[in-house]
Amino acid sequence: MPGYREISLVTGGLPLAAALALSSPGRAQDRGGASEVAVADEGREIYEQICQACHMADAKGGGVPGAMFPALAGNPRLADHDYASIVVLKGRGGMPWFSGVLTRPQIAAVLNYVRGHFNTYPDAVTLADLDRISTANPPVPDCNCGH
Amino acid sequence: MTDPVLPTSRRDLLTMIGKVGGGAALYQAMTVMGHAAESQFTGPPGLSGAKPGASVLVLGAGLAGMLAAYELTKAGYKVQILEAQNRAGGRNMSLRGGDTVTEIGSVQKVGFAPGNYLNPGPWRIPHHHRSVLHYCKELGVELEPYIQNNTNTFVHRKAAFGGKPQRYRDVVTDWKGHVSELLGKALNAGALDQAVTAEDKAKLLEAMRSWGVLDKSMAYVKSEKLGEQRGWDRPPGGGVNGAPIPNDPFSLSDTLDSKIWEALGFFAEHVMQPSMFQPKGGMDHIGKAFQARVGKLIRYNTRVSKIAKDERGVTASWTDAKTGMTGETRADWMVCTIPATVLGQIDIQVSEAKKVAIKALPYGNSVKIGLEMKRRFWETEDAIYGGSSFTDAAIGLVSYPSHGAFSDGPAVLLGAYPFGLGAYILAGMTPEKRIEAALEQGSVFHPKHYKSEFRSGVSLAWSRMPWILGCCATWTEESRAAHYQDLVAMDGRIVLAGEHCSYYGCWQEGALLSSLDAITRLHQRASAA
Repeated sequence: MPGYREISLVTGGLPLAAALALSSPGRAQDRGGASEVAVADEGREIYEQICQACHMADAKGGGVPGAMFPALAGNPRLADHDYASIVVLKGRGGMPWFSGVLTRPQIAAVLNYVRGHFNTYPDAVTLADLDRISTANPPVPDCNCGH
Repeated sequence: MTDPVLPTSRRDLLTMIGKVGGGAALYQAMTVMGHAAESQFTGPPGLSGAKPGASVLVLGAGLAGMLAAYELTKAGYKVQILEAQNRAGGRNMSLRGGDTVTEIGSVQKVGFAPGNYLNPGPWRIPHHHRSVLHYCKELGVELEPYIQNNTNTFVHRKAAFGGKPQRYRDVVTDWKGHVSELLGKALNAGALDQAVTAEDKAKLLEAMRSWGVLDKSMAYVKSEKLGEQRGWDRPPGGGVNGAPIPNDPFSLSDTLDSKIWEALGFFAEHVMQPSMFQPKGGMDHIGKAFQARVGKLIRYNTRVSKIAKDERGVTASWTDAKTGMTGETRADWMVCTIPATVLGQIDIQVSEAKKVAIKALPYGNSVKIGLEMKRRFWETEDAIYGGSSFTDAAIGLVSYPSHGAFSDGPAVLLGAYPFGLGAYILAGMTPEKRIEAALEQGSVFHPKHYKSEFRSGVSLAWSRMPWILGCCATWTEESRAAHYQDLVAMDGRIVLAGEHCSYYGCWQEGALLSSLDAITRLHQRASAA
């Protein structure tokens, strides 16, 4: 399929820990089949394939009081694109990291889609930004994630 | 003499196995060497002699919480349980006709025929999960065999065999045959003469010939003997055409494309080895059995918003999700089994290290889809009785019911069970689209009947469950080293429990072992206080 890249969750040269994070978290856990799904390269499609499983199709998040997925739409914290990048690269709270699962271009594409489509932040996340953050390896910023 | 290649100690050997074979291989090796225990369960804790009037507040009425309440009550504590849902059992759950699945963003009504069910959470119990098995027996939960291994199921990958599913048995037999042939060639070429003695070389050649079903010249080719393992073009019969006709093995390249070693590795894991069991009639019989003992202690629909403690006790502040009423419940001690995804959003008065640990624990996502079919065509047409067919599509697998073989009427298949990307993709769909996708992808195994015999379906995406926001905790070696002890350490009067507080993540065994450990420490602390 043109425009798609086969990402193997189990092999494909991913760091073992990262691969395990999504395919078989922890040793010896119960799990089913090892899907190897094509992840899109385009931001909107990546959002639909992955992010909306939790943040919902309208990016407004959801849940009940005290147990929420944060809204990504109209989210003032995403104005800082480094913040958004760190969370996707390293995960935070209940959210797993996607470094090693999505490629850098895929991470940039989906961040730019979320920041541009569900918000109106004009500045783009670049591959250089992601490289810079990965090298600096800053701690995951704290916040009251669900609210 | 030191050999630079061979490991000099057991630890070196394990490190080497870990590097070469990955975590699964390492765990296998550790198990063989007696390092990794099957389960640490040694029997019920037998706690007794609680101080008169001593009380424990348990947060969460899943298996960990209810077991804590059950054993602490026996020990003499006054126990109360607060549960966010309107039901007990947590992830221990079965869905039947008439049930409602409420996800964030959707509501489904289950349309299964009477007697049919889907276990959307835990579904199988390995023979060595002794805590679960013990309490099933103690509480009178009837178990039946769960069929884990079935060589007559299918394996499917888009990039193998032109996308055509093959029987697991055929591909495994060919894998074994080709690897044997290659090892035979290497041995006969003298390539391993430095590594093995002449005597062992002879034994290995004999072993490869027999194990791989090779011919006299050590080639893996079609033969009657191979037919006895691989099956036949024409099976043995009676009379004039009784002689069987063997079929052709797949090529080495085709066999490699199937990545069949991944399935072999999966089944080699200790937790995936038979015998395995399931409660008769649905996994939720375990939760219901605990509920029968401790149900009267549970306050339902009670969402905890704050957890505080002082030198004399603990206080949970809560809101009743139905009435909006707020309240506080106080006790001397607390066992908190709230999943980390939710606990991380609650104002909790514990050490900074424990707060960090709670927030450093992401949860994996998983989706299960139950497809009720009008009849058991996988049995009548394909001779498949239990076990799973694996695919690299988003659904991950199709698993066949272990119970009710040969019966008429509708039966429920597990039509999807992926973690990871497959699970994200399915979770992000509407329930209707999930069923469509499951029917489409599962049709690869049973193209003639899969769609036409479909009767009703239900899905459960764990990331969309508002009371847990995920399936189960994702630990890594690094996060274990940094946070595990902080997470499980007793903090004044508060101790956490649940699968996330165990080395048996995502298994009920982990929830129970964690709970037993937590209440044992709590009881020691309370007795000393």
